[in-house]
Amino acid sequence: MSVERMAGAEMLIKALGDQGVDVVFGYPGGAVLPIYDAIFKQNQVRHILVRHEQAAVHAAEGYARSTGKVGVVLVTSGPGATNAVTGLTDALMDSIPIVCLTGQVPTHLIGNDAFQEADTTGITRPCTKHNYLVKDVNDLSRVIHEAFYVARTGRPGPVVIDLPKDILFANGPYSPPTAIAHKSYRPQTDPDKAKIEEAVELIANAKKPIFYGGGGIINSGEKACALFQEFVKLTGYPCTLTLMGLGAYPAGDKQFLGMLGMHGMYEANHAMHDCDVMVAIGSRFDDRVTGRLNAFAPNSKKIHIDIDPSSLNKNVRVDVPIVGDAGKALEAMLEVWKSKKPKIDKPALAEWWRQIDQWRSRDCLRYEKTDKVIKPQFALERLYAATRNRDTYITTEVGQHQMWAAQFMKFEEPKRWMTSGGLGTMGYGLPAAMGVQIAHPGATVIDIAGEASILMNIQELSTLAQYRLPVKVFILNNQYMGMVRQWQELMHGGRYAESYTASLPDFVKLAEAFGAVGLRATKTSEVDDVIKEMLETDRTVVVDMAVDQLENCFPMIPSGAAHNEMLLGPSDKREGGPVSEEGMVLV
Amino acid sequence: MSAIEKHTIAVLVDNEPGVLARVIGLFSGRGYNIESLTVAEVDRANNLSRITVVTSGTPMIIVQIKAQLSRLVPIHTVRDLTDEGPHVERELALIKVVGTGEKRIESLRLADIFRARVVDSTIDSFVFEMTGSTEKLNAFINLMEPLGLADVSRTGVVAISRGSAKF
Repeated sequence: MSVERMAGAEMLIKALGDQGVDVVFGYPGGAVLPIYDAIFKQNQVRHILVRHEQAAVHAAEGYARSTGKVGVVLVTSGPGATNAVTGLTDALMDSIPIVCLTGQVPTHLIGNDAFQEADTTGITRPCTKHNYLVKDVNDLSRVIHEAFYVARTGRPGPVVIDLPKDILFANGPYSPPTAIAHKSYRPQTDPDKAKIEEAVELIANAKKPIFYGGGGIINSGEKACALFQEFVKLTGYPCTLTLMGLGAYPAGDKQFLGMLGMHGMYEANHAMHDCDVMVAIGSRFDDRVTGRLNAFAPNSKKIHIDIDPSSLNKNVRVDVPIVGDAGKALEAMLEVWKSKKPKIDKPALAEWWRQIDQWRSRDCLRYEKTDKVIKPQFALERLYAATRNRDTYITTEVGQHQMWAAQFMKFEEPKRWMTSGGLGTMGYGLPAAMGVQIAHPGATVIDIAGEASILMNIQELSTLAQYRLPVKVFILNNQYMGMVRQWQELMHGGRYAESYTASLPDFVKLAEAFGAVGLRATKTSEVDDVIKEMLETDRTVVVDMAVDQLENCFPMIPSGAAHNEMLLGPSDKREGGPVSEEGMVLV
Repeated sequence: MSAIEKHTIAVLVDNEPGVLARVIGLFSGRGYNIESLTVAEVDRANNLSRITVVTSGTPMIIVQIKAQLSRLVPIHTVRDLTDEGPHVERELALIKVVGTGEKRIESLRLADIFRARVVDSTIDSFVFEMTGSTEKLNAFINLMEPLGLADVSRTGVVAISRGSAKF
């Protein structure tokens, strides 16, 4: 077979096609002009023109998380690449597969402080899973295929390919993707059989067990989620999920205790604290989840399954660490369980559930029902009721609204919930919703936002207009950076330094300026009508929900506190103030 | 708190641009210690370099360091020589001592005892070359201090396992 020769830029587009890429989110510039020329000449790969490179990465993240495919970004050199850094870091923290193509000045100018030059591989080294600088067109197709392989396998993550302009013009041979194993990168996906048996034994003999699932189950795929559900149901044990794991287990099922962590459910956190066997799958013992480490599930044996060996024993010492893919590990555990048919301690389990039901009866999401002001929780309850039977995808920005969304929007299946968990990136939700809507044109895609976060990437309303994407932006507007204000109230004597946003725009007029529909609700009686109108409008809609300015997000594990020291509401006081001295220094 | 342990870790990596920056960036970004680090190509045919890094931390941190290193794409193998058992560690130093008279003679005498070689000499200076364990080098350098120690250049530790086992 003769090898096809072509220019670097054409090779790139061909490689994207061979990798099954149908859409690229990007922004042009001098260094990537040859690529844009190649895009112009073909119809296989669609380009979505964003308004800021950070948004291109978040859009690709939304696309990737809602489809399970690799998201692709194309930006120019210098500022194009540096603007993408926040998105890349976000994708690294949340394990989202991204391939980001960055333009670079021609090879002979690298290091000369050329116009729009930045040391992209240097800058992105700590915020990518891996990066490449292509200095020879003969390496180009291999590098692209390798980048996709690295991005989507093992613990997924972002990969940058830096492309000097001369390489894009140079002619070279194109090689299609091959199945040749990588010479050094070999993620371990098959779990150790003996460890799996040890884990099953522990699980079977538990008296107060809990499953603690995370985003790793979703990243493993729908099959892993189905296996997780099968295993949890087979045991009859309670199950909690992390912020990133929501949807891996159906929220409506009675064995689901809800999300755990700082703003997680009272029953989930108490069950974590009191459990005797913890089964962590695809979750990473993040500080938002564990609370104070020396009081974290103190009397438990811990099993931890993770595809990333560096996640094991990182924050919390576990008894049975298992390296492997969540799906494969669950399959292996189910097999052992089904062949051994262990007898579980039913009376102990019944007692455990009785205890859990007691915690549940505290009704931790309770809030003051009132007609005087729109409570943010009320707005989300109504939004959930109106969208639960639709083909709905939810994205969020970061802050109080994000936590309320995690509490009040329920997810019955994976890939329906996109939020910035690890990095906590304000401005994530709108571009992410854009990416989701591109992937799912007929679906209802809602960005639950705060009025501060939304302004961080508000320019993307222009992208939504250009591509007629009917994304719904649901702003819980309290005129404060709510979570900042809440922490200032709890820890800094209510001195609200710079957390109040003066001179907010009129979001209705702002929407109209971008060719979108703007709606507003200021009274509880208007909430349902506005939600109805929003959902029935087949265009981009921005909803300005004027909510209670001073509402705080509860329940809450204060910084430096343990799972069983949750605050249930504003009247729930701890001795010596809500936050300990050690807690004050924590974020 | 667990005790701090010192470990010598050998890492086989692709000899490509940026690989050392990845390793060093990992240590600095995650707050791990580097007591010494050496790197050089060891296998031209397969384009491999070997990094020897001496680090310290609690046992949990040492395990983390190895797991984090293994995660880097161009890294082939990570070996904890301290954990794996008997191994040889050597360091090379070039030590410049400036002086005349009795001090000069004493430095030469001590160099002989320590089996250091003279690789450069002027009428008022010596450059000694010395190979050995870090402790031996430290001891010799300390002795040179009052005798006119002027300059030291050290390679950091290189290490290899004992016996017939390959890397």
